[in-house]
Amino acid sequence: MEASAKANISKIAEALHSQTNFTKKECEHLLNMYKDITGGADDAKLDRNKFKDILHNSFGMTDDLMMDQVFRAFDTDSDSNISQEEWLKGISTFLRGTLEEKTSFAFRAYDLNSDGVISRDEMFQLLKSTLIRGSLDYQPVEEDPDEGVRDLVEIVFKKFDTQKKGTIDYAQFKSSVVDEPLLLQALGACLPDEKSADAFLCTFEEVHVPTTISYIRTGGGRQ
Amino acid sequence: MGLTLTKAADWLDNSKLDFSPSNQIILTDILKAVDGYSKNNPIGGKMKFSEPLVWDSTLKFEDFKKTERFPETESENTLQLDELLTVTKQESEVAHVECHSFDMLQLVLDACRSKKTAEVRACLEGNSDPVSKILGNRYACNTEDDVEFYKQAEEDLQGEDITYEEFETKKVVLKMAMEFHNLDVRMLRSVQGLMSKDSRLSPRLVEAEFDCLKELSGSEDEQPLRDIEPVPCYVHVFSNGYRAPNFRQLQGDIAYFLVYLKDTDVICVTAGTKGWFVNKGYSKDTNDVDFERRSDLYGSLFALLRERSRHFRERTSRKSGDGETAADEAADGAEKPDQEGDADQQAAREEAEERKKDPTLRWVSLGTSEQQSQERRSARQPQSAAAAAQQSDESDSESGTDEEEDAVERRHESNADLPSEYWQIGKFVRYLKGGNQTSTIISLCALRDFQLNTEVCQLAIRDVGGLEVLLNLLETEENRCKIGSLKILKEISQNPQIRRAIADLGGLQTLVNILKEPSKDLKCLAAETIANVAKFRRARRIVRQHGGIRKLVSLLDCPALNGPTSPEIERDIEVARCGALALWSLSNSTKNKRAMKRAGVIPLLGKLLKSRHEDMLIPVVGTLQECASEPDYRVAIRTEGMVEDLVKNLKSDNAELQMHCASTIFKCAEEEETRDLVRSYDGLEPMCSMSSKNIRKFQELNVIEKLVRLLSDQPEEVLVNVVGALGEMAAEKENRHAIRKAGGIGPLVQLLTGTNQALLVNTTRAVGRCAQEKENMAIIDRMDGVRLLWSLLKNPNPEVQASAAYAICPCIDNVNDAGEMVRSYVGGLELIVHLLRSDNIKVLAAICAAVASIAKDEENLAVLTDHGVIPLLAGLTRTQDEELKRHLSEAIACCCAWGNNRIVFGKEGAVAPLVSYLRVKDPKVHRSTARALHELSRHPDNCITMHECGVVRHLLGLVGSDDEALQLAASGCIANIRRLAMANEKSRQSSKARGGGNGGANGKAVAAK
Repeated sequence: MEASAKANISKIAEALHSQTNFTKKECEHLLNMYKDITGGADDAKLDRNKFKDILHNSFGMTDDLMMDQVFRAFDTDSDSNISQEEWLKGISTFLRGTLEEKTSFAFRAYDLNSDGVISRDEMFQLLKSTLIRGSLDYQPVEEDPDEGVRDLVEIVFKKFDTQKKGTIDYAQFKSSVVDEPLLLQALGACLPDEKSADAFLCTFEEVHVPTTISYIRTGGGRQ
Repeated sequence: MGLTLTKAADWLDNSKLDFSPSNQIILTDILKAVDGYSKNNPIGGKMKFSEPLVWDSTLKFEDFKKTERFPETESENTLQLDELLTVTKQESEVAHVECHSFDMLQLVLDACRSKKTAEVRACLEGNSDPVSKILGNRYACNTEDDVEFYKQAEEDLQGEDITYEEFETKKVVLKMAMEFHNLDVRMLRSVQGLMSKDSRLSPRLVEAEFDCLKELSGSEDEQPLRDIEPVPCYVHVFSNGYRAPNFRQLQGDIAYFLVYLKDTDVICVTAGTKGWFVNKGYSKDTNDVDFERRSDLYGSLFALLRERSRHFRERTSRKSGDGETAADEAADGAEKPDQEGDADQQAAREEAEERKKDPTLRWVSLGTSEQQSQERRSARQPQSAAAAAQQSDESDSESGTDEEEDAVERRHESNADLPSEYWQIGKFVRYLKGGNQTSTIISLCALRDFQLNTEVCQLAIRDVGGLEVLLNLLETEENRCKIGSLKILKEISQNPQIRRAIADLGGLQTLVNILKEPSKDLKCLAAETIANVAKFRRARRIVRQHGGIRKLVSLLDCPALNGPTSPEIERDIEVARCGALALWSLSNSTKNKRAMKRAGVIPLLGKLLKSRHEDMLIPVVGTLQECASEPDYRVAIRTEGMVEDLVKNLKSDNAELQMHCASTIFKCAEEEETRDLVRSYDGLEPMCSMSSKNIRKFQELNVIEKLVRLLSDQPEEVLVNVVGALGEMAAEKENRHAIRKAGGIGPLVQLLTGTNQALLVNTTRAVGRCAQEKENMAIIDRMDGVRLLWSLLKNPNPEVQASAAYAICPCIDNVNDAGEMVRSYVGGLELIVHLLRSDNIKVLAAICAAVASIAKDEENLAVLTDHGVIPLLAGLTRTQDEELKRHLSEAIACCCAWGNNRIVFGKEGAVAPLVSYLRVKDPKVHRSTARALHELSRHPDNCITMHECGVVRHLLGLVGSDDEALQLAASGCIANIRRLAMANEKSRQSSKARGGGNGGANGKAVAAK
């Protein structure tokens, strides 16, 4: 049983590692981790709560809404479970994704109703809790407590809606992010920060790949 | 006390105390301790000395008698009091005193009234170790350290079976011993303080003072002196920092300077280890200094000049405010604790208060004095060295000009006038503060959308308190927030006021800390921001003091520079580039240069210099340029092989890069070896021909005059280089005149008779270039230089031949009656024609150029033709060499003017290849080819050949050229072809009438038209 499980993991790792940014060994480790979390049964899947525990414990995420959205971004077939394949591919993007992979991931996380565009309302939901009410520096006006959030939504919207479509599709999102990489997580932190990502990886990584994208232009941007 | 007396006091041979200042201090201190001692310590005062102090008093016996403290005694010659004090009369009225206690000592001192010090002196001279006499031998001054002393004290107190009284006595003795010990320490300190004042000068101090005065000098009335420079014959700084020659170093001389004062004339001063003094002067004729001293010694040049020049005194004292002037402080090296402590504040206060006055000058003058006193102190007091170093940072001597320290403030007076940006930026800054990192990122992105390069936005961010927030963000854990904040700071720190504000808010420390972060993005942005902020002195100092230089230097270590790139490597390169940018800004100050060197910047710069990216090279070379003002760096630039890369970059297309490279080489060229290297890498040509700025620089330096002076009596190897340099300089019109004015033409022409091949190549080129000026040519002609050049055509070395032939061209063009001159050279023209058979392309090209010049004279052209020049030229037309193409077509153009040469060219098949010349890119080839074609097109057969080769298309293109000569030739050629076609048309019509005829070939041309 033990041996066959091992062989099984090795088989999956062999099959999938080329589709991720991990080596085969690293994939095996991640699959073992998956097995540990799910309890070891062959057909056990990673459910929402267990996954959110990981996000919270390993990657320091706290925002419940955002954790749900990250779960949905991982769960590409929307069956409310994360399969081994989804786990490997998701973590790959999460930790070692290229700018393009991460952009796509973030867009999926921000697209609350999965209709392929981000609307003002979705943005409002995402940004609702970013301003701290009653903090010394920010005191919303009595009549409209959400004015600050609306302001932020307008700023972000203006940044992304370059073609004045009224909603933001993936192409617009992507071109804005390429233009200013800081906008990648403009609607909330859906990716781990460098420190926790490195900490997560450091126990088993074989090759060192930067865990964050580059926020400045090099080489190509040279005049 | 014992230690001071044995070690610190100056004893003369006859065991008398010298009348030196340090002794004076010791005496005063001892007197202070003894006088009144018995009053304050009644018990100690009464204690009997273990041995009496015995000495010959300064007072007379009679004086003691007068005090009336002594009871009447029977002896005429002895006075005695309680057996504790005995005064005996000796010969010549001198009183011999024998004293057993402090009470009695007090009595003696009281008798002395105002001459107490003298009495103490006498007492000490009589008792060289008073402590041991007073307290007993065990307290003799053999205890050099405290441990020994305390051990003794302990032993004393632990003695067994002692009575209470004995114990009490011992306690008194010990207490006294302690007091003596403390006195000893106190005196040693004051003596040391005194000694540190007259410390010796060091080359570093001398150079520092020289640099400072150099900065203070100028023609303005404000400036205290006109100029200061090292005496011309002793400019060189030896490796030990001395400028004085070896035999004078033995005498303690460090350097000699000429000081040009405002109110008196030049004085020549010597800096010696003992101090500064005026010597007997520098003589231009002998180019030497008369070293004899002619003035007092001064602790500093400041003090000396203040004594010598009223103007200097006034200008230097006015700036440092009232009371003790800075220069005074320098002069006496006085230690005024409160003043030095305040120095920082004082400087800051002055800066704040008197912004309108010239701050730089004041800073410098204040700075030097402090630096000197500080350094001097630190020389003697190692324990305060650290503090001194910290302090002397105040006076960081700067090499370059600093940016204007006080940027003009343009504040808006009322809110009503504020531009709308203020409100918006204010709002975003609020969101920046009042949210989580997502809202912070959004606000940062929003701020980035403003025109951050405009002053309105820059100041708005500052005025709404944005700078504090941005800097605070840098201290958070959130990398993205830091990156966003740095991106804004990087932009707005281009404003001098923002720079200042960042420094005031302590932002530089934070920035330096960020350099440690693992994130490369952060490193880049922080380094770039530092590069912007560190444009003023204080900022540069802060960066250094917080260890920023070492961190920045380590950024330069970029593993793969020119290899295959990946995004990671690109990031590494970017990090190095930003590091170099920051170091470039920082390298404006001398201390930083040294710190950078210590951090190992040189090999790293050397490595980066091999980069191919211009945006990397500019900061790297810029840094080198700044640093090359230091001799260490110059040597390093040479030994690390950077000269080659610098020369290589001289040939870059980027003007900025060229400028920095050239400037670096200029600075490095002070060293002979570097000059040789530059030459060996062919650096002269691009240097000289590069920019008018360089030429101006050369002129400033009087390079030409110096070079011309070198033309005589030098070994050939030197001459080769000198002439080579002159040749390159002569590419510029102004320089050609300068060479003539410096009398360089004559020696150059004479060098044409030499045999050294390399020298001949350089000389012919120099002469040729000089000949472009009529005035110069007149001299060359007078010296029969052209004949010499001509004879060099027979030289076996093809390079010499080519170079000589090129040189002949401008000679012929610029001399009067060139035709006659050329004909006068027997066999000259034959030789020229013969050389057209050479195998060497360069020679051929040069000879073609010469032929073109010669052929301008008809008679000579006729002779050339007779010698068969036409077929030879025609034979060369198949060449692929562009240089040859150019000169060849020029020669063909000129040779067409005689007889049936045009027809011969056509027959020899020269026309078709010429047409193909129009396909090359070089416009110079176009021009001469068009001329040749124009000349050739005057013959119909040639026209037909040209037309068949498709010349018209090319020519039509050339008609649109900017070059008028080219336009003219091209259009002339087209006109000839056209005319021929018209004529043909006519003749065909007429021949049709006659039924047939010679329409044939020519008709084709017409059809095309």
